[in-house]
Amino acid sequence: MVMLEVKDFGKRFTSHHLNTTRKAVEGISFSLEQGGFIGIVGKSGSGKSTILKSIYRTYLPDEGEIWFDSERFGRIDLLKAEERQVIWLRKHEIGYVSQFLNVMPRTTARELVEQALLGMGESHEAATIKAEQSLRHFDLDERLWDTFPNTFSGGEKLRLNIAIATVKKPRLLLLDEPTASLDYQSKLKVREVIEKLKADGTTLVGIFHDLEFMEGLCDCVYDMNEKALRGMPEVQR
Amino acid sequence: MQRFEERPLLKVENLTKQYGPGCGECSQPGRPGLIKNYCPSCGTVYACSDVSLDVYPGEILGIVGESGSGKSTLMQCLYFDQDVTSGTLTIDDPELAGENLFDVSSQRKRYIRNHKYGMVYQNPVKGLRMDFSSISNIAEKQIAAGGRHVGQMQSAGERLLDVVSIPLFRMKEEPRNFSGGMQQRVQIAKALSNDPPILFLDEVTTGLDLSVQAAVIDLIKQIQRDLGISMIVVSHDLAVIRMLADRTLVMLNGRVIESGLTDQILEDPNHAYTQQLVYSLL
Repeated sequence: MVMLEVKDFGKRFTSHHLNTTRKAVEGISFSLEQGGFIGIVGKSGSGKSTILKSIYRTYLPDEGEIWFDSERFGRIDLLKAEERQVIWLRKHEIGYVSQFLNVMPRTTARELVEQALLGMGESHEAATIKAEQSLRHFDLDERLWDTFPNTFSGGEKLRLNIAIATVKKPRLLLLDEPTASLDYQSKLKVREVIEKLKADGTTLVGIFHDLEFMEGLCDCVYDMNEKALRGMPEVQR
Repeated sequence: MQRFEERPLLKVENLTKQYGPGCGECSQPGRPGLIKNYCPSCGTVYACSDVSLDVYPGEILGIVGESGSGKSTLMQCLYFDQDVTSGTLTIDDPELAGENLFDVSSQRKRYIRNHKYGMVYQNPVKGLRMDFSSISNIAEKQIAAGGRHVGQMQSAGERLLDVVSIPLFRMKEEPRNFSGGMQQRVQIAKALSNDPPILFLDEVTTGLDLSVQAAVIDLIKQIQRDLGISMIVVSHDLAVIRMLADRTLVMLNGRVIESGLTDQILEDPNHAYTQQLVYSLL
């Protein structure tokens, strides 16, 4: 079953300050089966994040179609979905993880994960249990659960971020360079986390800046340069 | 594709509030010829021009804009502090169905305020009686909403003060003895005391220091989560709006110039003014 289908997608940005309009991406098409993992590769500035942010509707896209197979709404074009539908999908079906953690102040790691569940209408009891399971699943040190994430390390923030995004079991998870600021050891941890997500059957679209990291993880890659899907490239060692 | 079957709880269409008589020129559709929101030929100021918005059940709607953009006037019109020049307001409630609530009698407006609305002003002096005790301030609103049982009102009032973290041993004290953050929290408790389905928050964190601001934001989020109250939050602080609102309207010169998902407004602003606003973010 096709979970995500991007058709002739394009996005331009207008800067009123410079009085210019710039095309960030155009002519992007690919599709992704349920449970699959596509990595997007390309130079910095080639528009990888633009694609992800447009799927999540953080960017208001202006060309093409992005079809998503929603449990609630059926097949839905995310570019034309109403704002209230997008909000619902973000709460229940589509997750987004970047290297940045942007959360409510004075809220503990545990509360943040619980709140994602409460927002979906789960009971307090169920939220407590599932939040703990999730934090444990992604190896966040138990001593950090009741502290505030402002002082977490990059790796800890990322694991919390992934816990928040995945605890609601999204059908589609978008990974926007989550490993960008991590050292090798932390990256290995993230790799384990992503392997767990794949094993859980989550459909993934991800951007990673090193190919080595993606090897054996992605089913295929979308090359921004060739504008086509292809198998995982061999990594030159 | 299936549609979303939800209906807005509060719906505003073409709300206009003008100060001045208006003339042939500035009454044209679209009001061409205004300088900002001012008509140079007759001197009329359009504080709000054709503002339309929907607030859905349990949603926090953000409104941002610079000083003088019409945010507070809009809130005051919705709360019936001021009469509108034209426009419609409907609330999806069996008691109020099908009526333009801007046109109803002042008695009925008072009923809506007492039973359906809560309001928190930027300046606690507007929302509280500074020389009544905190618990009496809450009781005042409870009585207006039809409360008559003193024991029940007292215990409900204590519960609310507890929710907003005002120590109960200070509940008989007058808010004028309190710090700004405490006054703001008493005001929020008072606004919630009639179990309103709709809450208006006008610059509630402005002027509070960072930790108190965080506490108030946290409280607002908690109220939304636990009580499912719909809110309109007005702020000139984009960081506050980012934390609270799923959807946001941007106002300039009395008009809504852009609206969208809050993160989209912040990361992909389209209007020249919104871009300028986002570039100004610290």
